[in-house]
Formats: sequence, structure tokens, C-alpha cells
Amino acid sequence: MSGFIPQNAGALLPWIVMLPLVGALTNFVGGSLLRRSWPRQLVYFIANVSVLTSFVLGVIAFLSLREVMHTEPDAAFRYTGFQWISAGVFQVDVSFLFDQLSAVMVLVVTGVGFLVHLYSTGYMDEDPSLPRYFAYLNLFIFSMLVLVLGKNLALLFVGWEGVGACSYLLIGFWFDDMAKAQAGQKAFVVNRIGDFGFAIAIFMLLAYAQGTVDYDSLRWYFSDAAKVLDHGTTITAICLLLFLGAAGKSAQIPLYVWLPDAMAGPTPVSALIHAATMVTAGVYMVARLNFLYVLSPHAMAVVTVVGGATALFAAVIGVTQTDIKKVLAYSTVSQLGYMFVGVGSGAFAAGIFHLYTHAFFKACLFLGAGSVIYAMHHEQDILKMGGLARKLPITRMTFLLSCLAIAGIPPLAGFFSKDAILAETLAMKPKAEVVAHYYERSFAAQASVAAEAKTDGTPAIEDARRTELRAQYIESLKVVDTAHKVAFALALIAAFLTAFYMFRLYFLTFSGQTRADHHTYDHAHEPPWSMGLTLVVLAFFALTAGLLGTPFGDGKWNLFDHWLEPVFATGGTYLQREMTHTLEYGLMGLSFAIALAGIGLAWALYGAGLSDKAIGLHARFPGLHRLVTNKFFVDEFYERALIEPLRTGSKILFGVVDRLVIDIGLVRLPGYFLLGCGRLLRVLQDGDVQRYAAFVVLGVAALAYWLI
Amino acid sequence: MTFVPLGHYLALGAVLFVVGLAGVLTRRSALVTLMSIEIMLNAVNLTVVAFARYKGLTEGHALAFFNIAVAAAEAAVGLALTLAVFRLHKAVDIDDLRILRR
Repeated sequence: MSGFIPQNAGALLPWIVMLPLVGALTNFVGGSLLRRSWPRQLVYFIANVSVLTSFVLGVIAFLSLREVMHTEPDAAFRYTGFQWISAGVFQVDVSFLFDQLSAVMVLVVTGVGFLVHLYSTGYMDEDPSLPRYFAYLNLFIFSMLVLVLGKNLALLFVGWEGVGACSYLLIGFWFDDMAKAQAGQKAFVVNRIGDFGFAIAIFMLLAYAQGTVDYDSLRWYFSDAAKVLDHGTTITAICLLLFLGAAGKSAQIPLYVWLPDAMAGPTPVSALIHAATMVTAGVYMVARLNFLYVLSPHAMAVVTVVGGATALFAAVIGVTQTDIKKVLAYSTVSQLGYMFVGVGSGAFAAGIFHLYTHAFFKACLFLGAGSVIYAMHHEQDILKMGGLARKLPITRMTFLLSCLAIAGIPPLAGFFSKDAILAETLAMKPKAEVVAHYYERSFAAQASVAAEAKTDGTPAIEDARRTELRAQYIESLKVVDTAHKVAFALALIAAFLTAFYMFRLYFLTFSGQTRADHHTYDHAHEPPWSMGLTLVVLAFFALTAGLLGTPFGDGKWNLFDHWLEPVFATGGTYLQREMTHTLEYGLMGLSFAIALAGIGLAWALYGAGLSDKAIGLHARFPGLHRLVTNKFFVDEFYERALIEPLRTGSKILFGVVDRLVIDIGLVRLPGYFLLGCGRLLRVLQDGDVQRYAAFVVLGVAALAYWLI
Repeated sequence: MTFVPLGHYLALGAVLFVVGLAGVLTRRSALVTLMSIEIMLNAVNLTVVAFARYKGLTEGHALAFFNIAVAAAEAAVGLALTLAVFRLHKAVDIDDLRILRR
């Protein structure tokens, strides 16, 4: 076995990345040149095999990394392709890094990616622009691999924008439907707002870390905390701007609004891009830059609170949605919130663990929803479903398993990852003493510089003042503690709502009597094998994936945590973990009980389909119901507060500046001026040679007069 | 042998030159214009030869012969152009050639 595994899999990395790009280009060129005569079987073959090969190479690289780690615990594979940018101290290489974190991401992206490709062969079979679809999908995998394998922030940004573009292209895949095209645009524009922050953060980092954006160099640079902490505010600003980018990509408050609309895209796309992979890029980025974030406990507190707030807010909205995909979309927003609670409170491994388990069960849920939609002839309203358990047994079982997983029923995947996040949120604290110590050193450095400047020998910052500053800093860290508690509370309520709305969705879709019309219901049938197989594989992982990260035996069995330890080692030195058995097992019991309560409530209200009790509940709180059903009018608020003023402003600018100043003042006026001059001057050159001769004579005469 | 002073030659040359110039500037016919140009050339020739004789230099004579050769070539080209214009317009009025502004 080990004979097949290369000692250094670095050389595999470009192949892992490039294969999907080759697939994308082949299908795109073939599809657009040959159109009908480019056979769909070939499209399927190229698209699936390129991603599958990437996955297999990823597995080989993973196994190889595991081998190497026996002798060298913090090993990672590196591959340098070529120099991309070279401007003074600013050097960027196209280079890849395959460490423990990238390994997890690569396996998730290519693994789930391949399954979604396979599923798409069934789901999209009748679509006329099939090659375009698969080309985009392959291009997405390529961009995502650049994002997770890139060895520096510049490449991450390339992948980041690449997946954004693919997301835009695939949301608006059926672009002849205006609403869908607009949903794509909305996603793109909202993401630009986040990317704006992200780009500024990269520039600040560049200016600050002497032109390097390479992870290895950055990690080394930021390990010298004394040098770095002179600029605590700068680091906090960089972290917050980076998080703005993450909030855009990973759909957090206040930029989450694009994700529910993104459901306009084909369902497999929603599963792959808007649930399993792309939207987790923000979480990956924060985890990747853990060595930077731990230097700013305050920025991390913001991340964790925003994550918690998003988790709860989206879960509340999810309770009243009636579109099967919209429920899942809000659920995704909510689960992404959990991941940010994890990485924001310093539990990077737990956040990534949830990312990994979520990829399986949420992809399974989306693909199950796709299977339902496929069977119901593109009906997405769960109020018009019900009773599908008899018609779609495979879909129903896999959907149920995934619902249990996301609700947090042990021993399914979601239970362990969600529980890990909840527990770590309470257990993690910034090491006030360590951070404050560095602060003190930096104050001392400032003091000596100032003292030299003064020359009379009195210290600029008195010892007492320094002690005071240190005490102030430690005091200010208390807010981090509060943030953790707030995020924990928000996430816990969200856990209850998650269990409730997921099972509301499940019961409304599969249980009770059908509310669909007879024709549709009678013709509902299981999808082709490619789709069914995908569901079963994903459901298997939803069932078992969590077992890699169980907290039993004092973390001895938490293989996932151990695996990621080298990546988060630097972060760990600034954090302390106060985990007790009481906390750990007590919380497990609590979250299990909460999940059961949520499911129980859903069963009571919707167990037999749409009951009178549920409808009565809507009637009793009409205002609240209306508020939540309309998603708290956030879209409307943005429309009024941001989009309308922007539009009006643009109109004014267009009318005054563009039309009046630029069009008439700067473009037409010079034109008219020159035209007038021409009219006057052309009288002089009309072909009257005698006048030319007269001018020559006059000229010569003048010249002669002047010379003599 | 009566000695004609230089001033007389120069005066005659200037008069001839102005006559030619006036012809070039005022006459409509291309043929007359060409002839006027010839007069101007010969006015210059006269001046050059007069100077050459009074200074006792040979370059002036050479220049005069050279001028005559150039004038012959110019006349050939000019007449060819005039012929072409005549074929186009059935006339050699240079006012007909004021077509640039159209």
C-alpha cells in the first residue's frame, strides 16, 4: 500500500488544481463550437472524470501527508510554480500549500464536488445548455481549489473572486428568467461590498508586513508579537476588514441577503456552492489566518457575536419559510453562523469540523430537496407537498438522516460538531496575561524611544502609567468573555429552532396526506440511480462523519482536532482552554435535550402534515408571523435605505455630471469649437492657386523685408 | 563699345519678373500662367547672367543654362497637366480647379 504513496506529494498539487480547469475548458470550447454534435455523454465523462481524478489525487496527497506526519508532526507539502508578481519587496509566487487544513478542504471540495457532478448528470439531463453548466461547475471546482490550496493571500483572493464569478454565472444559469438573472446580480453586488473590505485588508497587510502575503512568512512575521503589538489597532482593523469579506462570501449579517436569493440557481449548484463549499470560504479564511486573529481578541469577539446573531436570526426566518430551498438556504446561513462562533471564539478546529460535517448533511439535504423538486415537476412550495414518504423512500430516508444530523441527534455528524462549538465557546479564553505581557513590552519599547528623544533621561511613560495601561487592556478583554457568553446563548436558542424548522420541513414534505394535486402526486417517482446513489453516499457521511471528532476520553478520540493541531498551533499559544467534564458532558445532554424538544414541537404541530394547530398559531400572532415571513423586511430596508438613495444619486449624477458636464461641456463643446474654426479657415484653402501664389509672394516679400 | 551699366539689367530683370508675377496672379488661362512663369524664370536668368558678366564669374552662366534646362522640363510637365485639365473640363480656366471645398 505504502508503495503507492509518494514521499512528497507536492508535485501532485498543480494537477489537483488544473484538472478541473482542463475539464471546464474542454467542455466549454467543445460545447460552444460543436453545439448539438458535442455528445452529452462526453460532457458527463469529461466533467466527472476530471473532478474524480482530482479527488483521487487529493486522497493520495492526504495519505502521503499522514505518512510523513509520523516522523514530522507539522509537515506540509509545498509547490512553487512560478513568480507571478515582482515589484520591489512585494513578491507573489503562484505556489500551493497542502497542509492539514488544506487537506480537509480539498477532500471536501473535490469529494462533495464529484458527488454533485454525478447528481447533476441526472438532474440536468434535459437541459439544452448542458456543456455550459458542467463547464461552470468544473470552473468552480478549479477556483475553489485555488482558494484552499493557494499558499498566499493573493492566490486566495484569485480563487475567492473566481468562485464568486462562478456563483454568479450559475445562479443566473437560466438567465432568460429575469428574476434569476437578477438574483445572480444581487449575489455579485453584495459580494463586492465584502470583497472591498477584503481587498483593503490585504493592502493594509501588505503595507504592514513588509510586502509579504505568503502564509508561511506572515505566520513567521506575526509570531514576533512584541514587534507586532505596537500596532494592536491596525491588526484589529485588518481582522475586521477581512471579516467583512468573510461576511460577504459566507452570508453573515449584514451581507447575508444574497444567499436566499441565490436559490434561483439549479439545485445541485445550491448544494455545492451555496451550502457545502463556497460559502464556507470565509470560515476557511479566518481559520487560515488564525495566527493573525488571535492577536486581536476584540476582532474575534466581533466575529463570534456576529456569527451567533446570524445563527439565531436566520433560524428564526427559517421557521416560517415555505419554499423548500429557502428553508435550507436560511438554515445554511444559520449553520455558517455556528462556524463563525467556533472560529471567532478561538475554537478553530471545531469551526472547521462543523464546516466539514455540514458539507455532507447540507449537501444531502439540498440534493434531497432537488430530488423532491424533480419528482414534483419543479414545485418548491412545501405547503403543496406532503405524503411523499411513500413515493420517494430513498430520498425520504436520506433526508431524515440529514435532518437528524443537522438537528444534533447523537451519534450523527451535526451533534458532535455543533456540540464542540458550543462547548469550546464557553471554554476558550484569550490568555490575558500573555497578550498583556506583549503589550507591556511594546509600551516599554515606546518609552525607551521617547526617552532617547527627550535626552534629559526622564521616561516618557512612567512605570505606573504602564501598569495602568496593562490593567486597562486586561479589563478590556472582559468584553471577550461576555461576547462568548452571548454567542453561546444565541447559538443555543438557534439549535432549538434548527431542530424545529428542519423537522417542520421534513414533516410538511414527507408526512401526512398529500396536498399536491393528484396528477403530480401519482407521477412522483424516485430519481435516476445517479441521483439516488449520491444521496445514499452523502447520508452515510452525515451519519458517520461526526465520529472523527468525538470529545470522549479527554479528547483522545478527537482525531479531527489532532489532525489540525499543527495549523492552529500558533493560535493556541494565545488562548487558554478551560474544559471540564461537567461542562462537556452536561452540554452534550443539554444540546441533545434541546434538539429533542425542537423535533417534538415540530412533531406536535406538523407531525400529521399541516395541522389546524399550526395554522391557528399563525392566526394568533398575525403581526409577528407577517414580520418573520417577510424576513424582518431586511430586503425592503436595504432597498429604501441604500439602493433607492444610490439610484437617485446615480440619476442626478447621470443627468448633471454625465449629460451636462461631460457630454456637452467636455465632449461636444470642443467639437463645435473646432468645427467653427474649420469653417472659418477653410476659405483660405479652396483650390484657388492664384491666391496661394499671392500668399507666397506676400510671404517672400515679408521675408525679404525682414532680412534686408 | 557702349557699356550698359548693371543697374539697367537689374531694372529690366525686375520689370520682367513683376510682369510675369502679375500674369501668374491675375490671368485665368493656364497657358498664360505657364508663359508668365517662363517670363519670371527668364527675368531671373537675365539677372544672374548680368551679375556673372560684371563679376567675371562663370558660375552664373552655368546657373543660367541649368535654369533653362529646368524651365524646359517645367514647361513639359506644365503643358502635360494643362492638356489633362483641358481633356477634363474642355477649357483651361484655372478657376474651374477650385473644387477643394466641395
